[in-house]
Amino acid sequence: MSEVRLRVAASPHLHGRDSTPRIMWTVVASLVPVMATATWAFGPSALLVQGGAVAGAVLTERLVAQRGSLLDGSALITGLLLGLCLPPGLPVWMAFLGGVFGIGFGKLVFGGLGQNPFNPALLGRAFLQAAFPVAITTWPRTDGPWWALRGDNLALPLMSPQNADGMTGATPLGLRKFEGIDTPLGDLFTGNIAGSVGETSAIVILLCGLFLALRGYLDWRIPAAVLGTVAAFSGVLWLVDAERFPDPLFMLGSGGLMLGAFYMATDMVTSPTTRPGAWIYGAGIGFLVVVIRVWGGLPEGVMYAILFMNALVPFLNRATRPRVFGARRTP
Amino acid sequence: MFSRRFFRHGVHPPELKDLTAGVPTRRIPFPERVVLPLQQHIGAPARPIVRPGDRVERGDKIAEASGFVSVPMHASVSGTVADIRRAPHPDGSWKEAIVLDTDPWSPQAARPRMVPEWQGLSREQLIAAIQDGGLVGLGGAAFPTHVKLSPPPDQNIDLVVLNGCECEPYLTTDHRTMVEHPDRVHLGTRIMMKCLGVERAVVGIERNKPDAIDAMRASVPADLDIEIVPLEVKYPQGAEKMLLKSLIDREVPEGGLPMHVGVVVQNVASVATIAEIFDTGLPLVERILTVTGRGLREPRNLVVPIGTRLSDLLAACGGLTDDAAEVVMGGPMMGVAQASMETPVLKGTSGVVVLSEDEARPGDTFPCIRCGRCLDACPVFLDPQHLGSLGLNQRYEEMQDHHLQTCMLCGCCSYVCPSRIPLSQLFGVAKATLRGKEAKP
Repeated sequence: MSEVRLRVAASPHLHGRDSTPRIMWTVVASLVPVMATATWAFGPSALLVQGGAVAGAVLTERLVAQRGSLLDGSALITGLLLGLCLPPGLPVWMAFLGGVFGIGFGKLVFGGLGQNPFNPALLGRAFLQAAFPVAITTWPRTDGPWWALRGDNLALPLMSPQNADGMTGATPLGLRKFEGIDTPLGDLFTGNIAGSVGETSAIVILLCGLFLALRGYLDWRIPAAVLGTVAAFSGVLWLVDAERFPDPLFMLGSGGLMLGAFYMATDMVTSPTTRPGAWIYGAGIGFLVVVIRVWGGLPEGVMYAILFMNALVPFLNRATRPRVFGARRTP
Repeated sequence: MFSRRFFRHGVHPPELKDLTAGVPTRRIPFPERVVLPLQQHIGAPARPIVRPGDRVERGDKIAEASGFVSVPMHASVSGTVADIRRAPHPDGSWKEAIVLDTDPWSPQAARPRMVPEWQGLSREQLIAAIQDGGLVGLGGAAFPTHVKLSPPPDQNIDLVVLNGCECEPYLTTDHRTMVEHPDRVHLGTRIMMKCLGVERAVVGIERNKPDAIDAMRASVPADLDIEIVPLEVKYPQGAEKMLLKSLIDREVPEGGLPMHVGVVVQNVASVATIAEIFDTGLPLVERILTVTGRGLREPRNLVVPIGTRLSDLLAACGGLTDDAAEVVMGGPMMGVAQASMETPVLKGTSGVVVLSEDEARPGDTFPCIRCGRCLDACPVFLDPQHLGSLGLNQRYEEMQDHHLQTCMLCGCCSYVCPSRIPLSQLFGVAKATLRGKEAKP
């Protein structure tokens, strides 16, 4: 028996089967149907924008972060999510730059995976919004042949995209806010609308998010709180004045709300670790989304709502820490 | 009164008890040599009263208690004292131990002893006899039994709770004790109740041991108020604080003991040994334990002399398989991996588990992604994620401010962590470092 080599490790000697890479790669897999829907709606443009964002994120991670950190899949998720919240007509070089910024300044400057306070994909988008306000609010319409590019995707770096007037439209939220035009609900939920790459189908995102929630890879409390608050708050407003305020179903199905609620707000790193914290965080996002959409200067507010609540996460974690077993009060 | 039957949080590791749950307990031939560390229990180590070369009979006292929180030690085989020297201890260190060489020709019968009728003894006499028998808790912590039975006079105790949960995966020691010797458990309970002046006892048993629940229920004496309560199968149901929360919904205050909520908790196998010393007169020289695991050819439940070395135990169970990777004393969640096969079984060794390569492989460590699973697993509601980051930076004093002392090192947080961060190991290191600082003024 003396030749047997035994391991001596600290307890516990058994471990659960989930691992961080497994969680990350499952999220990536769950995004495949969302990307497929986007491609179906926006043609090759969707893939080009996605590819640009992913390339920016992944290359930055590869060049700056520790060797092997790509294997955990988190940089890929950031790239994919960033791509999903950009307009399909955006030049690829801008999407690439967003990915670089998101990973570089949204994540790696803080120390890499797990250290960043803000969602890196949304930070990348916020950067693009500030840098290229026109390009990022140019929304192509979905008519025209499937294979046609939905904008000047292939513009040279540092060149502004050339816009053919006839090809652009407005998002349902923009139509509603600036022109007072309502979009049919059926179009919202099936994706027959203008908008970001990932805004196309509320139903697909809902199903993919539910899959992740069932696997325990996202905290169902967060989307439940976000969507519940949006529905309740906008519902109250709508009941007060149905002419002035949009109806709750429109609020739920439009813009980046589904993508934000299921994929952005639930980013484990930047959301609360406590259960009550998750409820408050989600409700805060929902509240801010309605406030920005209804009273703010922008048609859409999901990005800023999530980033703002990201900033409150450390406080929420501390404020909602449970009472320790046997202790008199909360720490 | 029993309003709740659960505690919150906890984890569900694979139970893996099928290997030995139905295997009757058997003896193995006496080993050629036993190693008896003087530190077998919480408290002061025993003081040797034999010298190398002395002849001893099984059951003879070979070391005496050195204070109130200490118990004597008895020869677990008949033979000669070979040496008193440092030897591998299950906690990973080397500690002073008495080494006995077994007399190959001895029948290993104990010297005839006076066995007093326990009914005729006073409370003090019972407690003295229990200390003299070397009894400690057999569930792992090895707290001297007589100390538990001597609460301060101003502490009102109204209930005895028996712990038959055995929530650690693989182990079936308590299970087999309850199936094979429920009468001993009940007699031991009766004696404990007399020592404490208590009228009522409750036994908590996890639902995955239906035969133990039946055997215990069927043998409750008519004149004894013992309730058998099946409990949810969840780790760590058998932790004292969790057990009391589940059974009687009493919450032991932070830093306190079960007696502070009026309860004395004892593990069922330990209670059975109380009955044994008043039944046979033999002190605690042997114990029942499960030797099991996928890395072992023939998992068994055994009765072995205290001091039996791992090499003898594993040989008695057919030896290791080719993919054996780790030998753990205690259960796989809280037990200690052993480096030496010369390490002996202690009074408090509740089992030996040999894990196979695919179970023991640690997996790669990743940065914390703040998923919060550790918070949802911690049965005492700590924030292991925050404590872990403090621990990595050796900020041990701050960890104390965040209730590190409440951590039981149950391992739930490490078990669920998808990034394989060794949280409970960090907490163990922090606790040990802080203890060391306190010891040095």
